[in-house]
Amino acid sequence: MYDAFFFGNLGAKHTIMINKVVADADVAIADITDGKTLMLGGFGLCGIPENCITSLVKKGVKELTCISNNAGVDDFGIGLMLQGKQVKKMIASYVGENAEFERQLLSGELEVELIPQGTLATRCLAAGYGMPAIFTPAGVGTEVAEGKEVRNFKGKDYLMEYAFDADFAIVKAWKGDTAGNLIFRSTSRNFNPIMAMAGKITIAEVEELVEVGELDPDHIHTPGIYVHRIFQGKNYEKRIEQRTVRSKT
Amino acid sequence: MALSKEGIAQRIAKEIKDGYYVNLGIGIPTLVANYIPKGINVVLQSENGLLGMGPFPYEGEEDADLINAGKQTITTLPGSVIFDSAMSFGMIRAQKIDLTILGAMEVSENGDIANWKIPGKMVKGMGGAMDLVASAKNIIVAMQHVNKAGESKLLPECTLPLTGVKCIKKIVTELAVLEVLPEGGFKLLERAPGVSVDFIRNATAGKLYADDDVPEMVID
Repeated sequence: MYDAFFFGNLGAKHTIMINKVVADADVAIADITDGKTLMLGGFGLCGIPENCITSLVKKGVKELTCISNNAGVDDFGIGLMLQGKQVKKMIASYVGENAEFERQLLSGELEVELIPQGTLATRCLAAGYGMPAIFTPAGVGTEVAEGKEVRNFKGKDYLMEYAFDADFAIVKAWKGDTAGNLIFRSTSRNFNPIMAMAGKITIAEVEELVEVGELDPDHIHTPGIYVHRIFQGKNYEKRIEQRTVRSKT
Repeated sequence: MALSKEGIAQRIAKEIKDGYYVNLGIGIPTLVANYIPKGINVVLQSENGLLGMGPFPYEGEEDADLINAGKQTITTLPGSVIFDSAMSFGMIRAQKIDLTILGAMEVSENGDIANWKIPGKMVKGMGGAMDLVASAKNIIVAMQHVNKAGESKLLPECTLPLTGVKCIKKIVTELAVLEVLPEGGFKLLERAPGVSVDFIRNATAGKLYADDDVPEMVID
């Protein structure tokens, strides 16, 4: 098949046969062991990989370093992993919604590195783009800058921040195909595509898994080359943190 | 009389110009959206990855996948656009946002701001605040002039861990509109209706400069 493809016989029907599909979350995370560094997509509870978190809690892996913008709430998202004392270190930008997190942090049980949200996002991007470090003005002159190299460009100071080095990235997409191409929906996109690019192994759970050819190549957000395992998730709860509405009158 | 939170938001809304891209922080800044004058077209950015934030959804139409940076359910508008969080902070860093409005626990007379941490007590994190203050070309702080204990939040130097240094140029409180002078110190630009310069001076721990005749704020 590939011979024909590479030697220009474009008239022959060719389909991308690379198949990244695994059965479910349990299989997808089976090789995640104690002490690994995980990236978890989502912003607040929006676009979090619910199925994989459930499986990680069930598996009971410990001593994890988790990189995620937030730490869930007490009884959902990464909060469930905190309850099980599975997280050794949390790298996040905002953790205000989680009382158990604050308790473990203030008692010293949990190691925490709080970093600016844009720095978090761009360190993911750097990893996915193959760049070792970035320069950002965020945090200059604050405790975030402690121990970091400062460089001056055109009269302004910038901190050097390293690309993340995560063993696994776990993301949630709206649709994906069997080759691992992903499309996200609305603001549940957030950190998911940039984390998908940043993991040594990237696991994607999707609401709808389709055959190759069903997604318009122009509409794909994450090329499947970045995704190693994909499965269709189930029983999505999609919890809302702040339900704000207006009345029709 | 000191302004309500809504009054602060209403006064800040007058700083918004037609065609602005604006980032609103959590708290009083969010209220500013309610007072944007008619005929002024602005695009609100939500730093999780949205330009063109619309109002809250009608009851029953909430979408868990569509939230703002405060994790509230919102809507999009015709012309809205969604992007990932790296691009969102890319446009912030590249100074594409015309105006950033955010809250603060303390502001110093050289323009430093603290709003993310109270050591030993409150550890919520900085979220996007450090990125916003480090890059924004135009920042307005919306806050109460004094804290719950009655202590001034406009200080010679911040006592809490900093969010950013020498970045704040304008502050609107329930008592006053103030400018941070490039050489340091707070310049009183406007007083809340009926509030005296002396009253504001007493509530300001940092250096305060006031002309003889400081105008009252005009709030429609």
